[in-house]
Amino acid sequence: MTPLVSIEDLRVAFNGVPVLRGVDIALQKGEAVGLVGESGSGKSVTWLAALGLLPRHAQVSGSVRLDGRQILGAPAGELDQVRGGRIAMIFQDPASALNPVLTIRRQLCEALVLHRDLQGNAVKAEARRLLDLVGIPDAGRRLEAYPHEFSGGQVQRIMIAMALAGNPDLLIADEPTTALDATIQAQILELLSTVRRELGMAMVLISHDLGVVAENCDRVAVMYAGRIVEQAPSIQLFADPVHPYAQGLIGALPPLDGPRRRLTAIPGTVPDPAHMPGGCAFAPRCSLVAEACGLAAPTLAPIADDRSVACIRAEASRRALLGIAAE
Amino acid sequence: MSSPLVEVSAISRTYAMRSGMFGRAAAVHAVDGVSLTIARGQTLGLVGESGSGKSTTGRLVLGLEPPDRGAVRFDGKPMTALGTTAWRAQRARMQMIFQDPLGALDRRLPVATQIREPLDIHGIGTPAMRDDRVRELLRAVELTPAHGARYPGALSGGQRQRIVLARALATKPDFLVCDEPVSALDVSIQAQVVNLLCDLQAQLSLTLLFISHDLRVVRQISNVVAVMYLGRIVEIGSADDLFARPEHPYTQALVSASPAPGRRSAGRIVLSGDPPNPAARPAGCAFHPRCPRAIARCASEVPALSAVGGDRQVACHLVTGAATRDAA
Amino acid sequence: MGRYFAVRIGRAALTIVLVVTFAFIVLRLSGDPALMILGPEAPPEVLAAFRKAWGLDDPIWAQYFDYFGAIARGELGRSMRDGRPAIELVLERIPATLALTLPAFFFKVALGVPAGIYAALHRGSGIDRAVMMTAVAGFTVPSFVLALLLVLVFAVQLGWLPSGGQDSWRHAILPIATLSLGGAAVLARFTRSAMLEVLGQPYIRAASAKGVPWRKVVTSHALPNAAIPTVTILGFMVGTLIAGAVVVESVFAWPGVGRLLVVAVANRDLAVVQCILLLVAMTMVTSNLIVDFLYGFLDPRLRSKGAHA
Repeated sequence: MTPLVSIEDLRVAFNGVPVLRGVDIALQKGEAVGLVGESGSGKSVTWLAALGLLPRHAQVSGSVRLDGRQILGAPAGELDQVRGGRIAMIFQDPASALNPVLTIRRQLCEALVLHRDLQGNAVKAEARRLLDLVGIPDAGRRLEAYPHEFSGGQVQRIMIAMALAGNPDLLIADEPTTALDATIQAQILELLSTVRRELGMAMVLISHDLGVVAENCDRVAVMYAGRIVEQAPSIQLFADPVHPYAQGLIGALPPLDGPRRRLTAIPGTVPDPAHMPGGCAFAPRCSLVAEACGLAAPTLAPIADDRSVACIRAEASRRALLGIAAE
Repeated sequence: MSSPLVEVSAISRTYAMRSGMFGRAAAVHAVDGVSLTIARGQTLGLVGESGSGKSTTGRLVLGLEPPDRGAVRFDGKPMTALGTTAWRAQRARMQMIFQDPLGALDRRLPVATQIREPLDIHGIGTPAMRDDRVRELLRAVELTPAHGARYPGALSGGQRQRIVLARALATKPDFLVCDEPVSALDVSIQAQVVNLLCDLQAQLSLTLLFISHDLRVVRQISNVVAVMYLGRIVEIGSADDLFARPEHPYTQALVSASPAPGRRSAGRIVLSGDPPNPAARPAGCAFHPRCPRAIARCASEVPALSAVGGDRQVACHLVTGAATRDAA
Repeated sequence: MGRYFAVRIGRAALTIVLVVTFAFIVLRLSGDPALMILGPEAPPEVLAAFRKAWGLDDPIWAQYFDYFGAIARGELGRSMRDGRPAIELVLERIPATLALTLPAFFFKVALGVPAGIYAALHRGSGIDRAVMMTAVAGFTVPSFVLALLLVLVFAVQLGWLPSGGQDSWRHAILPIATLSLGGAAVLARFTRSAMLEVLGQPYIRAASAKGVPWRKVVTSHALPNAAIPTVTILGFMVGTLIAGAVVVESVFAWPGVGRLLVVAVANRDLAVVQCILLLVAMTMVTSNLIVDFLYGFLDPRLRSKGAHA
């Protein structure tokens, strides 16, 4: 089966400094995939690059196929059809993602007119239906309001409504709840999973929060320094992470129940993209580092049907983890 | 057991919030009748969402601003007036660190100079001793003297927060207020700083007030946790117990909203409604409009924080004493 | 919304009262008007009669209110030079000044705004750099230098245009060009930075992510936002329509308000100077008011702030 979206060897550099160093990921229809990693790991850049939303000075190469069709470097007109129509995106800071001087109606109808065959009153009726769908009370009247008249949680609902306007096959949610309070985050995540279920839409959930990704995605890809280092079904990844970085991330998360344990902090910091170490980018922080790690960057290789990892010490790492668990 | 280091009794703070130049001023009850005690060497975690008053509570406890009502006692003595010599002496024993280390540091000075500054201000030790102390502090926060020579801009976020921590520890304080100290950091760096804070607390027998919206981090570091909602404490109890068996409906929702790897969202309590507005606090229990279990009484009567067994205190009409607890 | 405007109008009125008060104080500080007008040799009874006739022996607060009344009626004193009402002298010069400043305003906007937008949209390109270099030059070269340069090239060297006077439309070309170039440079710089600021906002990327074609992102998302700061500088330029040409009028011997001001200052013709200053203050206040009103229309955030306040 052709995947809905398949990204191969996607690379991005800003002024010659590589920030994305060969990303491969594929998505099936209706699937929810999480993308985790720390700031600067390239989670957002991957999708901004795929949709041609990076500034012009970014150098992008590789391949991004939608239903088998290449969209990387496609003409602007074709890309505009894809954006919002096939692949929609919502952002971290919803308040600044809406135009402050335009009413919600104008911004919502703009998307409807672009991607749907609707005219006149039908546009407004559909806009109202979308606001209802995402749980904005009194939708008819609220359409005439401006973004600043809504709370942070409501603005993110409006962003979701706008993303749904084009009936997309894939929603990229880039840290959609990071700027929101815990109880509001729960509302937005629930809304996302409801609309996804009802519309059969695929989703990429970009987050630094492992918990958020684990709960809302079927599959998770862990990114580090511009590459995917491990990919696995989310239940497996959290129960049995293989890449030492994935292990570190999960160990760094304080538990909310059960006995307290000392957090397994990863020493050091993320490498500077302008001075990337040769070989595996994680090697300088890795507790299992071997001499060979400094020689060549490991490629993402399958270790099971639906799992792959980019680490030459994967076996040792797995044993180390099991060893800890056995103690 | 010795007397608690910090005793906060029924402090309140109200701000007049004006919208526009000629707008009517609305009273915002940022903190309303908060009482806390923090035992020596212990950590009290303060959790809540934006507008809960947790940061204002931190500033009041530290005496950065005076409470409108109520009092704060530090080491058995009342908090002295801002700016006096006695206040300065007391202030050297209590320090604060914030979420944004870059904002707390001067970009134009090497960080070692900034760590040394409190020693110079309070006239602690000879200049040579101060230099030694700076090296010792850098080591304590797991940095090297080479880091000390750098400017804040040349350090990573985690390193900057360590510098802020070193500076806060320079005067050997007994009490440290940490307001969201790791919220801006990536998970792996956050773990480093949390571990460091735990280690330092044990080594220096520090007393901490740890303010955060992140339940996991708060549980990791705290002995006792207080949950705030719209300026009031709605639940307080020992950290492990509170998160394992939250009693207040709001705490239950917060715990349930905290996503966990390996658990799917089934059975999650999702509160309806917007986050609360401190300028328009509902009558009765401030949480009642969003509470899934609210009864008529909740809309009219403010529930008092009362003991429900063990060391737990809950401010909820529906949670009363041991009977409810066993039933739950 | 009504509240927003009411507050703005109140503030403008207050500013005018303050300006008039200031003028009154300056006038009183500059000496006894009776002595100044009649001369130090005038006999005391003449001086007394003069003071009585003009209310100068009234208490100071009564004089202050009289002064307001006089200004409201348009009585701004007489020119010391030819005894004509100062307001008449000033008003008859206004058309000449507007003949320069209005076309110049038009050219400033027509040149500066598109140049700024274009430079912002093609940031870092050759055209951007050229626009910015021209703008910096226009920004830093004082208008009298620019005026003299233009005279040197077009009047002296090429002999295409006259170097001064007001005899035909050809005489207006160099002064207008001087005024336009400087203003257009300021406006281009300002528009460019306002536009760049807006183009870097997340909602611009979000609009692209919705599939809005770039041309429409610029026209319907970026421009309305960039207009808000640009209106400020436009308002300031409207405020200088009456007296923004002092230097240029002097250089080109153009008989407008600016030249009148220079002459009046040189002759210590207080009534005329006062009249011009009040007029300038009022145009400034009015244009500020217009800017505030435009803000209200352009920025919904301000509008509702006023309404909910």
